[in-house]
Amino acid sequence: MNALRYTPGDRVRVRAAFPPGHVRTPYFVRGCDGEVQEIAGTYPNPEELAYGRDGKPDVPLYRVSFRQSDIWDGYTGPADDTIVIDIYEHWLEPAE
Amino acid sequence: MSHDHTHEHDHGDHPYQPDIEDFPFTERMVMTQAVAELIVEKGICTADELRQQIELMDSREPGLGAKLVAKAWADPAYKARVLEDVGKAAAEIGIDIGDIPIKAIENTGDVHNVVVCTLCSCYPRMLIGLPPDWYKSRAYRSRTVKEPRKVLEEFGTHIPDDVEVRVHDSTADLRYIVLPARPAGTEDWDEHKLAQLITRDSMVGVTPAKSPEDL
Repeated sequence: MNALRYTPGDRVRVRAAFPPGHVRTPYFVRGCDGEVQEIAGTYPNPEELAYGRDGKPDVPLYRVSFRQSDIWDGYTGPADDTIVIDIYEHWLEPAE
Repeated sequence: MSHDHTHEHDHGDHPYQPDIEDFPFTERMVMTQAVAELIVEKGICTADELRQQIELMDSREPGLGAKLVAKAWADPAYKARVLEDVGKAAAEIGIDIGDIPIKAIENTGDVHNVVVCTLCSCYPRMLIGLPPDWYKSRAYRSRTVKEPRKVLEEFGTHIPDDVEVRVHDSTADLRYIVLPARPAGTEDWDEHKLAQLITRDSMVGVTPAKSPEDL
């Protein structure tokens, strides 16, 4: 396993990528900025497992917190409402 | 027979509940059956092992999760262990959650948590059983991430504006169980009595736990 690229508190951006195939990163959060809340361990890459491969090397998984108002235009709830999404490391890049 | 008359038993004169076999098999039903047969024919596992696994899944129910949450309410040290590692904490009370990790998230006076899986229907089955149909519906999956407060209102749950609503999208390797807040007026209750307040829906986060007056 490689060293973890992010630590809790880091600002990250979800890659605005749209590859074909099995992907666990929800569409609605691609391109959005959030904050790493927690490291959730490392797991075989589900994008590989889906096609019968072994998913190695394992990939780090992060719990990333987003403000609802940063994801949805016109979110009507309070500004403090958040959504936490589990995202694999290769879908994250440092936020600018 | 409760009828006090005799008749030809053709049910021609009133509607009856159709059996599953009265509908055409869907492609997925056929594929599921075919895969199950292939697994057995190829010796990957036996028919009895398949049956045992189904029986194991069907034996899981919200009472298991309620037992864990009740103990966490009653014992702060145990709650700390639940928040650290649900699998180990569950094993302490004789519940084997299997290989899929479950994470506990705690409701407090400041945060209300609710769980959804937008991609499919990931759910902590080994701790609270099979998910309800609404959890798997497209409406719940698409709306809970976008307008959670409105969805919660439809479940009869009003969250005040000064409490953060935190949605957890369970799309990867973890499953989530909400630890609902312990209701007021239960300070001297034991775990067994507390467990009666903890429902399936409260562990998904669409409602709070029941109140003492609900029992």
